[in-house]
Amino acid sequence: MASGTLDTPASSAPPSRRPGGRAAIVARTLRTDNWRKAPILTVVLLTAWIVISVVRVYMQKWYWVEDYHYLTPFYSPCFSTGCVPEAAHFGRFLPDWPILPYAAPSLAVLGLFRFTCYYYRKAYYRSYWGSPPACGVPDLHKSYKGESRFPLILQNSHRYFFYTAFVLSAVNTYDALLAFHSPGGGFGLGLGNFILVGNVIMLWAYTLSCHSCRHLMGGRLRHFSKHPVRYRAWTQISRLTGKHMQLAWATLATLLITDLYIMAVSAGWISDLRLIG
Amino acid sequence: MGYDHHFRVWRGDDTGGELDDFSVEVNDGEVVLDIIHRLQATQAPDLAVRWNCKAGKCGSCSAEVNGKPRLMCMTRMSTFDKDEVVTVTPIRTFPVIRDLVTDVSYNYEKAREIPSFVPPADLAPGEYRMQQVDVERSQEFRKCIECFMCNNVCHVIRDHEENKEQFAGPRYLMRVAELDMHPLDQADRQHEAQEQHGLGMCNITKCCTEVCPEHIKITDNALIPMKERVVDRRYDPLVWLGNKILRRTPDRDRSSTTD
Repeated sequence: MASGTLDTPASSAPPSRRPGGRAAIVARTLRTDNWRKAPILTVVLLTAWIVISVVRVYMQKWYWVEDYHYLTPFYSPCFSTGCVPEAAHFGRFLPDWPILPYAAPSLAVLGLFRFTCYYYRKAYYRSYWGSPPACGVPDLHKSYKGESRFPLILQNSHRYFFYTAFVLSAVNTYDALLAFHSPGGGFGLGLGNFILVGNVIMLWAYTLSCHSCRHLMGGRLRHFSKHPVRYRAWTQISRLTGKHMQLAWATLATLLITDLYIMAVSAGWISDLRLIG
Repeated sequence: MGYDHHFRVWRGDDTGGELDDFSVEVNDGEVVLDIIHRLQATQAPDLAVRWNCKAGKCGSCSAEVNGKPRLMCMTRMSTFDKDEVVTVTPIRTFPVIRDLVTDVSYNYEKAREIPSFVPPADLAPGEYRMQQVDVERSQEFRKCIECFMCNNVCHVIRDHEENKEQFAGPRYLMRVAELDMHPLDQADRQHEAQEQHGLGMCNITKCCTEVCPEHIKITDNALIPMKERVVDRRYDPLVWLGNKILRRTPDRDRSSTTD
């Protein structure tokens, strides 16, 4: 190659020149590893989870175990007039329509909390939208403006869904505490309690590991040294935030396990393994 | 024991080029840059490659090895199977000069667009005081060796040349975040990040973090915190209302220099 090419000005470039004077590499990507695995797995698992969840919230039955006061998180808080009165801890005011899930408000908020979550954004931008499908693999779209304009600029509302998700985690905790119930009315303990409590712990971990939570706890500060308590809280939340992806998937699993277990017990397919009561 | 390995190396300039095949000797403990040097010494004396420290600290030898942005000096040959073809190309996002050497001027232009540290007006040089916890936060960002692999892999400019003008890339958004987190800096970095450096274009797909040879958590510790700070300023009516009611400045920490 002639050394003169080092100083070739853009204006004198031949027509075959790549945009921006880039190297004319024919292959769209030269990655040789199995980069398709992660996006395909994400699509399969997330889609399966969404389908199962939608089916469950529209079943409008087998969400409450009368004997042990188990309430599935997919129906909590149960606001519909169709709810079993004992399962509706916060009143029943939604009309009992087949199209309206019994816990529609909380499901909408929690759905949007996850939709705007920084981890899920990465997951679905990559796997569903292909923007990009993987690092070093071309974007599937011709133009790109990201989250700088409508509608994706609305992703900036994430913190509001965090606030409500925080409250709903408290509601799930309340449900889990009420579930220490025996058919006779006193304290009871069964396998369902372990599943409910495990789910609530994971939900708290996921909610608190939220990047907005980390910011509000201390990330927004410029002087950590002036706010030692918030700095400490930020430090602890930062540890959780590092596991945000794992917690996002783990909570999907615990939510589904909790719901399916309560459905099976409620439908009478299995009986709860009781330790007390 | 040495063996011959099949390499494909992109040769060309901004008028065109192609992948050339080579069979090159590889010995135990060698890295891709060693093989490129052997190629220069034995088969392709005019092969252009930029390199300097051979220790992963200068950021000069960025290239794409089997399609992934890597520092050639830190990519061990032992990570490849002996029968695996190793393809080495220049980083794609920037104009090629020749062979594996690209023109990374874009990055220096973006660096110049960021105003440097603005100290408080009432402090003279020598009077700046910072606590250790405040210093530590931005230390992570200062590990950057400016290999520009994060900017290279970022699809915002890698796949959309037209965005280069508006988007500073993860490397320089991280610089903006570093300055915004500085306890004494007085400039309005949040507005600049969104309006002039294209923070809103980042869709946090984390490729910058994945390729960083210094393992800086660019997305989690710089880009997302910066996005949240912009939300504070521009999209959060509760913060706005709180500032009005309590008569706070939008960034009430900023004016204080009393640490």
